[in-house]
Amino acid sequence: MKRIIKLTINGKPVETAVSPNQTLLQFLRDDMNLTGTKHGCGLGDCGACTVILDGKAVNSCLVLAIQADNSEILTIEGLAQDGKLHPIQQSFVDKGAIQCGFCTPGMILSAKALLDQKPNPSELEIRTALSGNLCRCTGYQKIVEAIGEAAEVIRMREES
Amino acid sequence: MGDYQVLNTRATRVDGPVKATGQAKYADDFKFQGMLYASILQSPLAHARILRIDTSKAKKLPGVKAVVTSKEAGLIKYGVSPARYDETLFAHDKVRYVGDEIAAVAASDPDIALEALSLIKVDYEELPAVFDMFEAMKEGAPLIHDEFPGNMNAEVHQEFGDTEAALQSCDLVVDHTFLNKRQDAAFLEPHSCVAVFENPGRLTLYTSTQVPHYVMRTVAMTLQIPVGNVRVIKPYVGGGFGPKCEATPLEMSCGLLSKITGQPVKMTYSREQVFLHSRARHQFYAEMSLGVMKDGTMVALRNKAVLDGGAYTSFGIATVYYSGSLLGGPYKLKSMKYDGYRAYTNKPACGAQRGHGGVAHRACFEQLIDITAEKLGIDPIDMRLKNIMVTGDMTVNELDMSSLGMKECIEAIRAGSGWNNKKGKLPKGKGIGMACGFFVSGAGYPIYRSDTYHSTVVIKLSEDGGVANVMTGSAEIGQGSDTAMAMIAAETLGIKLNDVRVYSGDTDYSVDLGAYSSRQTLMTGHATKEAAEDVKNQIASYLAQELNVPVASITFVDGIVKFDGGPGNFEKLRTNYIKEHRGWTDPPTGEYLTFREAARMAYLKAGTIVGTGKYKPPRLGGSYKGAAVGTSPAYGCSAQIVEVSVDLETGEITVDGMTDAHDCGLAINKTSVEGQMQGSLSMGLGECLFEEVKFDSRGRIINPSLGEYKIPTALDMPKVKSIIVESHEPNGPYGAKEVGEGAIMPTIPAILNAIYDATGVRINELPVTSERLFMAMKNKT
Repeated sequence: MKRIIKLTINGKPVETAVSPNQTLLQFLRDDMNLTGTKHGCGLGDCGACTVILDGKAVNSCLVLAIQADNSEILTIEGLAQDGKLHPIQQSFVDKGAIQCGFCTPGMILSAKALLDQKPNPSELEIRTALSGNLCRCTGYQKIVEAIGEAAEVIRMREES
Repeated sequence: MGDYQVLNTRATRVDGPVKATGQAKYADDFKFQGMLYASILQSPLAHARILRIDTSKAKKLPGVKAVVTSKEAGLIKYGVSPARYDETLFAHDKVRYVGDEIAAVAASDPDIALEALSLIKVDYEELPAVFDMFEAMKEGAPLIHDEFPGNMNAEVHQEFGDTEAALQSCDLVVDHTFLNKRQDAAFLEPHSCVAVFENPGRLTLYTSTQVPHYVMRTVAMTLQIPVGNVRVIKPYVGGGFGPKCEATPLEMSCGLLSKITGQPVKMTYSREQVFLHSRARHQFYAEMSLGVMKDGTMVALRNKAVLDGGAYTSFGIATVYYSGSLLGGPYKLKSMKYDGYRAYTNKPACGAQRGHGGVAHRACFEQLIDITAEKLGIDPIDMRLKNIMVTGDMTVNELDMSSLGMKECIEAIRAGSGWNNKKGKLPKGKGIGMACGFFVSGAGYPIYRSDTYHSTVVIKLSEDGGVANVMTGSAEIGQGSDTAMAMIAAETLGIKLNDVRVYSGDTDYSVDLGAYSSRQTLMTGHATKEAAEDVKNQIASYLAQELNVPVASITFVDGIVKFDGGPGNFEKLRTNYIKEHRGWTDPPTGEYLTFREAARMAYLKAGTIVGTGKYKPPRLGGSYKGAAVGTSPAYGCSAQIVEVSVDLETGEITVDGMTDAHDCGLAINKTSVEGQMQGSLSMGLGECLFEEVKFDSRGRIINPSLGEYKIPTALDMPKVKSIIVESHEPNGPYGAKEVGEGAIMPTIPAILNAIYDATGVRINELPVTSERLFMAMKNKT
């Protein structure tokens, strides 16, 4: 039996019917066509499906779509504004933090959730915030550097 | 280094923005009208005779469109090397590992496809199975393939010089053994494919692969479709690292089901199925003896390998050759003997993975050098430097080091890590270790025997002349090859990087053998350069004729054309260009003729401007059996120093720092080179410290998830100091060569040598868990 849910995705209100056993990941990818959210394991191990749900980074494969009723969701597609990359996206591009790109949306959203809470994180805090997002390509170094740089850009922007 | 505009910089990746915004499409992101969802039935038993397969119930389930077994698929054998085709799409007589494919289903919905699988009834007669490579080679072991007695999949025996005599002449001979564990590549994107079969008989696959070309050939062969009617398109790929280097049952099943149903068919492996398909790093046992003189001169190496191949050959023939051939350097040896054995076992097949065949044996050899150096009282770095090969040297097995910055790499890490102040001076529990390694820049020969060019590239200018469209079958899998090709094209054409667009990974664009053996920078790079030169020559010839100047006086730099280094007299062309393009919004300005103007006018004259380039290596290597494996037009090399802390109470290891130097010839894109270096170290660290695919007593994988099979997280990786060493490689485009795999070679032994330095305990079995190290320390005292 499908159930109606109402939520906000990337700033847009959505009202739709979902199956009770459908994960938020399946809902976003299959029903909403938001394929930037990636399916890497389906078990909450890899973090490729990370989205921001009411301000918190979550593995969307471990959340049921009906649990997202009345929530606000940000996916990777909602981060750039007016065609301009978010500073975290920009620094991922600039610093070489992207290789295959499959972990990238989840990484960027985990980083966003971190910087929203802690605008000036230490390197250890960055690494800890990313520890649920696996990357097999980069060895994480350029990702950590990119987030450090994005934090600085965001702080400077807010000060000015 | 040369004076480059685009090359040798830190360019941002051409695919960066689409990947950062989630727009980049991977295979599982594709949807087609009427698309069906497929799933594969895999054997629950490790070794069993198939008595009967009943698909009738599955076929009756509403929503099921097709069910296929070997009856529909046929029994055409395939594999990687034609000499060892030992797989059929579906098992027919027996299954040989837990996960062996038996049937596939296409249905209107993924859940229905899974339900249908559960309705297929297979009657088995379970057979005794063998899971250990040494057991498998014993007399009386269960036989996995009738054609291969003793479960001996491949055997290699090579000798260069008289090794036994050389060892006897040495002052000291030191032995060492080493055992790694089966690895999983753990790329983040599970295999996925959409097959679209359209009339009249054309099959298109959108698939997550490193090798569109080989997939095209294998799928055409197994599905009996003319090869010209198979097109393989590789969208963005979420990592490969080797196991995506061959056609998969997933791709063939999708193709077959689409052919039968006439509808597009998609399948994506679950993470567990990625582990079951495997094709990742083998388990290797290495046994070595190194003979040296008192002064540290290396003389002879005796090397034996046993590989656990799993149930099929996959890339294994090449793997078992590589374990021998990649030990010929980077040290001078007078003689070398190699005996390699690859055994079949009732487990998923192993194949190629980053550092193919070389990693475990390198780990053994580089530990052995440290053990020997200690016995001789020589510093491990000095021991290596004493024997190091330099540019122009040839290994004992005839690999030509046409450039080799190995010595420079060692010096760079010695200085960069502060080795001299640390080695032998650290407190107990802290250690420092080093190691070296090298790797091919592309296999010297294709997998199948052929005169084919390894890479061809087409560059087509846009009608307005402003954009160079590079079309190639090469595979961007995350390593940055699209960006590297764009940079090579831009540099060669003398235009800006933004004015190049790369269309890659499509077998309709060009012949390219794909992303394996670290080949694309060198080989696709050569073809790209040649295609760009062709385009440039066409434009220059046109200009020479129109303006009546010598071709040699014309140069293209940074998007403008120079005549004898200056603006020249090109007014006639600009006037014609402006006349031709009244109403266009971007008339050319400036004191120089722009590339766009020149290219546009040449385009008008010629009708189109298309340049082509091609590359294949010259005949390489010796004439002995197996000489082809290990040959390459060039070799990259790497040296690393690792610092560790060991908790002497618990055996817990923390890697505190890593210093890595890699000679990649000219660094096309420095950021990408560092990315490959850092990624290699991370994979090596994981293999060394935690990674192991584990099986229960019936051959079932007990950790087929990224939670149970542990790869390094951001918290496991230390800060890496990456030092790029640039030699000039005469056989590489602009002097470039590999970085993607050579960089993993030294990582494991450097960590192991550092652990020894910290604890006095020599570990010769991976992974070095706290427990393993703790027990080793306990047994020593």
